Amino acid sequence: MAEIPNDLLYTEEHEWVRVEAGDDTLVTIGITDYAQDKMGDVVMVELPEVGDEVNAGAACGAIESPKSVSDIFSPVGGEVSAVNEELEDAPEFVNDEPYGDGWVLRITMADKGELDSLLSPEAYAAYCAEQDED
Amino acid sequence: MRSQFYSAPVLSDGGRMNAAKITALHAEHLALGARMMPFAGYDMPVQYDGILAEHSRVRDSVGLFDVSHMGEVRFKGADAISAVNGLITNDLERVANGRAQYTCTCAPDGTIVDDLIVYRIADDEVLICVNASNRAGDVAHFERYVQGDVTITDESDDWSQIAVQGPSAPTLIARVLGQEFADLRPFRIRQAVFEGAEVLYSTTGYTGEAGGEIYVPNEKAVALWKALLAQGADLGVGPAGLGARDTLRLESAYCLYGNDIDRTTTPLEAGLGWVTRLGKEAFVGKEALVKQKAEGIPRKLVGIEMSERGIPRHDYPILKDGEVVGKVTSGTKSPSTGKSIGLAYVPSALAEAGTTISVDCRGRERSALVVTTPFYARPKGG
Repeated sequence: MAEIPNDLLYTEEHEWVRVEAGDDTLVTIGITDYAQDKMGDVVMVELPEVGDEVNAGAACGAIESPKSVSDIFSPVGGEVSAVNEELEDAPEFVNDEPYGDGWVLRITMADKGELDSLLSPEAYAAYCAEQDED
Repeated sequence: MRSQFYSAPVLSDGGRMNAAKITALHAEHLALGARMMPFAGYDMPVQYDGILAEHSRVRDSVGLFDVSHMGEVRFKGADAISAVNGLITNDLERVANGRAQYTCTCAPDGTIVDDLIVYRIADDEVLICVNASNRAGDVAHFERYVQGDVTITDESDDWSQIAVQGPSAPTLIARVLGQEFADLRPFRIRQAVFEGAEVLYSTTGYTGEAGGEIYVPNEKAVALWKALLAQGADLGVGPAGLGARDTLRLESAYCLYGNDIDRTTTPLEAGLGWVTRLGKEAFVGKEALVKQKAEGIPRKLVGIEMSERGIPRHDYPILKDGEVVGKVTSGTKSPSTGKSIGLAYVPSALAEAGTTISVDCRGRERSALVVTTPFYARPKGG
């Protein structure tokens, strides 16, 4: 059973979003345990550049396994304020610690209201269960 | 996350609904926790422990692949050798009985209908191993163009096939089938006995490693699979899925039908001139291939290695001086070397090793180098 931490928000594209304590416009984004398991061994992560402007729902990077390429869609709009450069040498962090050292990027949100459209942990768990039935 | 899976015929060929068939080893795969995917109409294991772990298993010790989906077609009759020779690009007259040959079979226009292994069993008998996805088309093609006194039988549904691949494969084969089979040189086929059943052992494979492939009647497939796992436990044996099979074959620069070669490519373009014997008697496609060779081969399948970040993938454009000049047919990050590698068609003028090109990796132009293949070769004597 995939781990779905209670303190995060989620998307149907299997990204997680953590609102950082101390700055409620700053979010950290990664891909979920469910997604990394489905993808298998992550061998490369394509990151955006710090300073890039991204729109909610737009592709802003990619995660590659030996046999697949998966887009990373930005769950919210804003400016990329950090990327996890360690993933360039250690993409396996996405598999090993999807909610920790495997984080992908941070965005300073243009509109905090976009968080309202993200999934709660309960809603995301239900969504994953539904996916597995297909 | 929205995933695009590569090695197109492997993973994007319809949904699970289309995977009506299972192999005799299906329950074994499920018991081993395999992730199953439809391939060529079969529900096949893509991975068990992970592609990288299974890839290393085959490079370092020994892995077992269920390749029962592959087809087996037998030619029998006084003219078996000449009949098959009229259908293939390679030349069965060049080898003795008991030998295997890699070859293409072509349409009259010289494009590739399939790539196959042909086994010269006897002067009146040839066994052909065909790609699962091409099986029906191959048999129809054989029947349409065959000449001479020969009967063609599609035995695919009777045989299971287990590939035993890796540096420790000969040791495992010696234990399960006998030392004489472990000692066979590459591209041989011999009849063996497993638990009273006649099986065929051929020293062929799709990984670049030592070992071979065992053709076993369906009813003995599970017993053989279990015997290989049990008797190879101390060697580190384990299963390997189609995912690792793809990364292993790509490191060895072996073509995958449907990705690197198909009905739009000729053997001469695909670097398979070494199995295309234009000097032999007539075969289907010969005239077109002779003509192409005389007029000049317009493009070639080459190995590429990325000089910058990025992994080449099927259908990514190849660029030279900003112009699209070709396309990638297969690519991955090589688990053995860590380099991003691929196969690509480029104009013949750009096919020399050392030529700089670039790959359009999802909108980002990344430079790459044409390189000699294979990308990985096992250490000599290993």
